[in-house]
Amino acid sequence: MSSRTARLALHAAVLALCIVLPMPLAEAQQASARAVIVASKPFGESYLLCEVFAQLLESRGIAVERRPGLGATEVAFGAIRSGAIDVYPEYTGTGLLAILHDSLPDSLARSPKAVFAHVARATAERNGARWLPPLGFENTYAIAVRRETAARYGLHTLSDLARAAPTLTGGLTADFIGRPDGLAGLRRAYGLTPRAVKPLAAALKYQALAVGAVDFIDGYSTDGLLAKYDLVVLDDDRRFFPPYEAAALVGARLAHDRPDAIAALTLLSGRLDERTMRRANRRLEVDGEDVRVVARDLLGTIGLSGNAPARDAVVGPRPAVGLGAYLWGQRAAIGRLTVRHLMLVAIALALAVFVAVPLGLALERTRGAAEPVLGALGVVQTIPSIALLAFMIPVLGIGVQPALVALWLYALYPIARGTYVGVTDADPRAVEAAEALGMTARQRLLQVRLPLAAPVIMAGVRTAAVITVGAATLAAFIGAGGLGEPIVTGLALADTRLVLSGALPAAALALLVDGGLAIVARLVTPAHRRPTSGKRQDISARRES
Amino acid sequence: MTGEAAEPLREARTTASPPAALLATGIVHAFGGAAIGRALDGVDVEVPAGACVALVGESGSGKTTLLRCFNRMVAPQAGVVTVDARDVRDVPVEALRRKMGYVPQDGGLLPHWTVRRNVELVPRLLGLDDVPDRADEALALAGLSPSTYGSRHPHELSGGQRQRVALARAVAARPPAILLDEPFGALDAISRADLQAAFEGVRRATGATTLLVTHDLVEAARLGDSLVVMRAGRVEQRGTFSELRHSPATPYVRALVARTLAGLARLAEGP
Repeated sequence: MSSRTARLALHAAVLALCIVLPMPLAEAQQASARAVIVASKPFGESYLLCEVFAQLLESRGIAVERRPGLGATEVAFGAIRSGAIDVYPEYTGTGLLAILHDSLPDSLARSPKAVFAHVARATAERNGARWLPPLGFENTYAIAVRRETAARYGLHTLSDLARAAPTLTGGLTADFIGRPDGLAGLRRAYGLTPRAVKPLAAALKYQALAVGAVDFIDGYSTDGLLAKYDLVVLDDDRRFFPPYEAAALVGARLAHDRPDAIAALTLLSGRLDERTMRRANRRLEVDGEDVRVVARDLLGTIGLSGNAPARDAVVGPRPAVGLGAYLWGQRAAIGRLTVRHLMLVAIALALAVFVAVPLGLALERTRGAAEPVLGALGVVQTIPSIALLAFMIPVLGIGVQPALVALWLYALYPIARGTYVGVTDADPRAVEAAEALGMTARQRLLQVRLPLAAPVIMAGVRTAAVITVGAATLAAFIGAGGLGEPIVTGLALADTRLVLSGALPAAALALLVDGGLAIVARLVTPAHRRPTSGKRQDISARRES
Repeated sequence: MTGEAAEPLREARTTASPPAALLATGIVHAFGGAAIGRALDGVDVEVPAGACVALVGESGSGKTTLLRCFNRMVAPQAGVVTVDARDVRDVPVEALRRKMGYVPQDGGLLPHWTVRRNVELVPRLLGLDDVPDRADEALALAGLSPSTYGSRHPHELSGGQRQRVALARAVAARPPAILLDEPFGALDAISRADLQAAFEGVRRATGATTLLVTHDLVEAARLGDSLVVMRAGRVEQRGTFSELRHSPATPYVRALVARTLAGLARLAEGP
């Protein structure tokens, strides 16, 4: 390929990116000018409070856009900081240790009021975000064991647990394992070193504990499931955990521009106690009631009005029907999410092809740079999807745009590598003969090298497509929608069928996309590389003229 | 009448490009720096218009490198290569190559194209008329039935058939000169003899100036009007086989001829 062609292709790719990328952004900006974006982290109580905030705002005539289930603390707070969302429920202890990375003198660290005051001031100074007065309940970490475990080892406190820990296995959420106020802190404060630690999704940890797969878990003190499984919560006898008062964390723009919304949300301050929350969480997580109904009732018990829920969302009640009937009932929502999912995959993949194929060709011409560049792209593959998505937030906010960029980054490597290898290895004798007979570099590229490389390039595209379909499920963590939405929600609400309503179509989609591209691959594979019966080949080869 | 009318047309096409005179003088070339040794160390070779010169030598003698100087697949570090007295560096490289048929040892057919499409390559690049007719004609010259083989792919052919296609491809546009680099080197003895006969037919029909590289003195003697024996990047001797045999210029040529003749004698005696 001539350098002119390479430049042209690159220009075209950049141009296409410039055209396509701003579209979701413009859409998001328009929406945020009108509606307050209410978000949550991916666990039940956070979903519930998100819905409570949303209904309360709606009942005051304020338009709301819901973005529940954002990644975890760093994703949700990153979104607040960048203005991608306006409000989500957070906990003061988390604000102190996981967001601000501050420590307070012991005397202050035990006082909910002191912690709130410090967190509210420091967050406002450093990030311009605002903590509204606490809602009225604490939801601290509840290290829980089965009743029989507690009896066998005589466990009442975390000190007791630390003593028995060398023979016990912890089932902990990734969030807890990584946080300074999580496992690392317990190790320091109590010398707690379990025999093993298994990272578990929040939705799975209670079941894992109940069946004995692990011996202790990190629950939340208001979890409805603590009572359901008859678990023993161990006392934090050294007062390690700071107070975790729930409160609305509000972004700078909303705090500044929308006093009406702030006023409405402040109505909740001091109104929700732990008993009320535990009961509501239980209805949501154990009884499987619709989050909208539970939120409406919760507002009702404190004399505020919520709006009546529509019953068409995937976040729906759990009817007592079989999985098949359930999925059939959700077909409209699943269809919509599938289309969204496919759109994410198609755009990311198309942009990746647009950039990675010219890149692979350029690398073939400058082979010294090939391995470093491909190596760097390969490193991108090793970044966990959720981390890559989190990196995008400060730059691109949340929603479709950062998801597309992350998926695009994942898709680059297999396609660039396939193109590079395919063109480099394309039958060198044929390419040489084409040159010696007077084909120009461009003709050799378009008529010989690319057609010969096509099967390898397509193999790269197929790999990229399957990776992208899978990775796109995680796009839900940053509010991009798609089939990850019911998966994230279902995991948060311990609703297996909801998880399956996203996971099964996603798996089917991966197979379909791979199958569809297999057909394309066959079409672009030169005749001599296609599998044939082989008979004609043998006979004609022997028939020497 | 119709047949006679067609003949002059064919003749016209055959003689459309008169054979070119090839000349290389003082060619010096080294791969990977001079320290390794020169692949070509001051070589002169001339192929008069319409003649066939065979470059003979062992692997590493520099014969293929020299051949590739003529279609600028190699740019020598010193020396001048001319076609019809014109320096090849003054001719646009694609134009030069399209006027010079080329048959590599392995055929170098484009595996994703049919036989016919392969043979049509150069006429198409040149934008000639009657491309399919030219391809059919060239295939027939090379001894392959266009209707039987035209629509096949290279992988469906034997090695000998593939070399016939490569030969047809090299002459389809009736170039003034053709370069053949060990064109029959990878074939079994029977296919090889068949191909040599086909080559002679093609040469008679086209009259193109020919430079043939081979390691086989017998093949060189059979196909070449004159021979150039090369060794370690230098020319040992030029001349006909008879001249090499009766007045070898160097001990190397004497030994080469003797070895070849002894081999032929053993072959003639039989077991």
